[in-house]
Amino acid sequence: MGWQWFHRLGSPRWFYEKTDAWMPWLAVVSVALLVIGSIWGLGFAPADYKQGNSYRIIYIHVPASFLALAGYYTMAISGAIGLIWKMKLAEAVVKCAAPIGAVFTFIALVTGAVWGKPTWGTWWVWDARITSMLVLLFLYLGVMALQEAFQHQDTANRASAILALVGTVNIPIIYWSVEFWNTLHQPATLKFTSESTIDPSMLYPLLTMIVGFYVFYAWVLLASTRSEVLRRERKTRWVNELAAAKAE
Amino acid sequence: MGLESSVTSPTSAEGSLQAQPLITPSIWSGFWATFKRDMLIAVRHRGEMANPIMFFLMVITMVPLGITPEKGILQILAPGMIWVVALLATLLSLDGLFRSDFEDGALEQLLMSPQPLYFQVLAKVLVHWLTTGLPLTVMAPLLGVMLALPAEGFLPLVCSLLLGTGCLSLIGSIGAALTVALRKGGLLLSLIIMPLYVPVLIFGSSAVSSAIEGFPMGGQLAVLGAFLAFAIMLAPIAAAGALRISVNG
Amino acid sequence: MTDSLIELKNLRCERDERVLFEGLDLQVNAGDIVQIEGPNGCGKTTLLRVLTTSSVDYEGELYWSGKALNISKLDYLNQLLYVGHLSGIKKALTPRENLNWFSGINQGHKRCSIEVALEEVGLFGFEDVPCHHLSAGQLRRVALARLFLTPARVWILDEPFTAIDKQGVANLERLMTEHAAGGGCVILTTHQDMTIQSLRKINLQSYRGVAA
Repeated sequence: MGWQWFHRLGSPRWFYEKTDAWMPWLAVVSVALLVIGSIWGLGFAPADYKQGNSYRIIYIHVPASFLALAGYYTMAISGAIGLIWKMKLAEAVVKCAAPIGAVFTFIALVTGAVWGKPTWGTWWVWDARITSMLVLLFLYLGVMALQEAFQHQDTANRASAILALVGTVNIPIIYWSVEFWNTLHQPATLKFTSESTIDPSMLYPLLTMIVGFYVFYAWVLLASTRSEVLRRERKTRWVNELAAAKAE
Repeated sequence: MGLESSVTSPTSAEGSLQAQPLITPSIWSGFWATFKRDMLIAVRHRGEMANPIMFFLMVITMVPLGITPEKGILQILAPGMIWVVALLATLLSLDGLFRSDFEDGALEQLLMSPQPLYFQVLAKVLVHWLTTGLPLTVMAPLLGVMLALPAEGFLPLVCSLLLGTGCLSLIGSIGAALTVALRKGGLLLSLIIMPLYVPVLIFGSSAVSSAIEGFPMGGQLAVLGAFLAFAIMLAPIAAAGALRISVNG
Repeated sequence: MTDSLIELKNLRCERDERVLFEGLDLQVNAGDIVQIEGPNGCGKTTLLRVLTTSSVDYEGELYWSGKALNISKLDYLNQLLYVGHLSGIKKALTPRENLNWFSGINQGHKRCSIEVALEEVGLFGFEDVPCHHLSAGQLRRVALARLFLTPARVWILDEPFTAIDKQGVANLERLMTEHAAGGGCVILTTHQDMTIQSLRKINLQSYRGVAA
């Protein structure tokens, strides 16, 4: 019981005060990396010999796809922590990670479509990766819808955590099934440039962008969780003292 | 049966200072009690049992009306169409899986019974499958005829539906458990569960189409069987957890 | 008899950020009949939900026969019978089928036959009548017939006298007294005045949260 008490009451405040100092750093580092990566990737990296300049969208598409998936796992792991240890902070993370992850998934889908236009001559292709991404978006939307549907925050937390966990178990199966389905219907069409054969002059800006996206994600998730923590703890003394201090 | 005598003859020395452990009931007795009760209810409400099947039939009728009655095109559409509609029919019927138990307090009684909730959920899902998945599977050949399904497709259709509808009921029970406390849970249930149905749909319909094209369907059926085994293991655990949350909330 | 069955230590419940009760200490011994009192919305049902393990939203400690509840939960559930606002009776089934289900998912054996139990609650002859033909009071009696069947030691009853006539109330009170005398315990809420001599009353009002 001692632990539970610690988690339930101690954590949000500790988290809020601890992360206060991180926020500007995360902001500066993520913006710097994203600006450097974009200028490098869009301006200085060489054009692809087959796809010309259109390949440059990978500098957004690839990091966004990475985070779409990583974001789901972040959400599900937080959900598990929230369910097992009843940690309030983890429950807040589940709620905040869902829309952020959904936005990254959406960005990955849109950039995929934009890339598809010059590559395949059509905005939408039922490519395995894009289809998986679409299903992932649906999974995110499901968690968000469930989170919104309950009146009691505790029930919403637990229910969406369970759904996120069920989704996690299913994601590998879904990816694999979609892959199978794709080979069945469109054997060996155009493949995306695979990362292993990419030239270093294209790879380094991409890596910069990936790291930048991760830091950006951390920043946005922390900012969102911090405000959610404040909202959930609005009746506690420390939040009121904080508000009073800010008002002065 | 120490307590039996204690109540009938209150003066006996039964109030001894130890809590007497009662015989823990066997898991099967609890499983059968719920299975039998739900089967009885399903049989008494025979009319409701027909609804998913009628839905199945009617939507399939819409396909030639909405697209074309041309045999060649229907033939291509048939495996996927039948599978998609079977999926929707299952989803529609799932909302009621725990709802009446939740509303009349039977679910609360289940949660506080010494029986493991896993087997109780399994019993309820089994009844759901026997009253929706199985009839849909039996109906499917008729719909295959209506959609001009080639002869090689019938056996795989029935086999894949037999395995696949079991998965659909099991996975769907998680959604039904998560949304049981919500007044309008039906649509939400479909939203959260449909993405999870993607693998079952892919392998189910591809078993049929590859059999039509003359390939062996064993692989796909084996995968469906694996899904089913996996779902039997895990889905009731998730659904049981979700039920506790829903009743707690 | 001072055989402690259920013990609550420093229990605190919150609902919608409002403290229902806190600092609740309660020891229920074998032979006790405890009535939980308080105005509507004071947390009576919430307390019963904690006691029946359907709710985990509490702080504090629960013990069953001296052991922490999370260790002895299976034994506790084996000994527990709960009749609430919602009876769990299926209208499509007969009283016999309903009662069979209840004993099937619980201890699996009965103290007397279903006919006897139904006769005790005045439903002789209704064993095989579908429950949708029964009135609200009769449905209530079907649920209460479980009290005759169950071998459970702990009875938790939420408003058991609703829709029950005077004679029925008297029978129930007699049954509870017998059950308590036999080493069981009863925890109940009711708005009716009870005539049981040894009744213990706990007023939740006196555990109301002090404004934080």
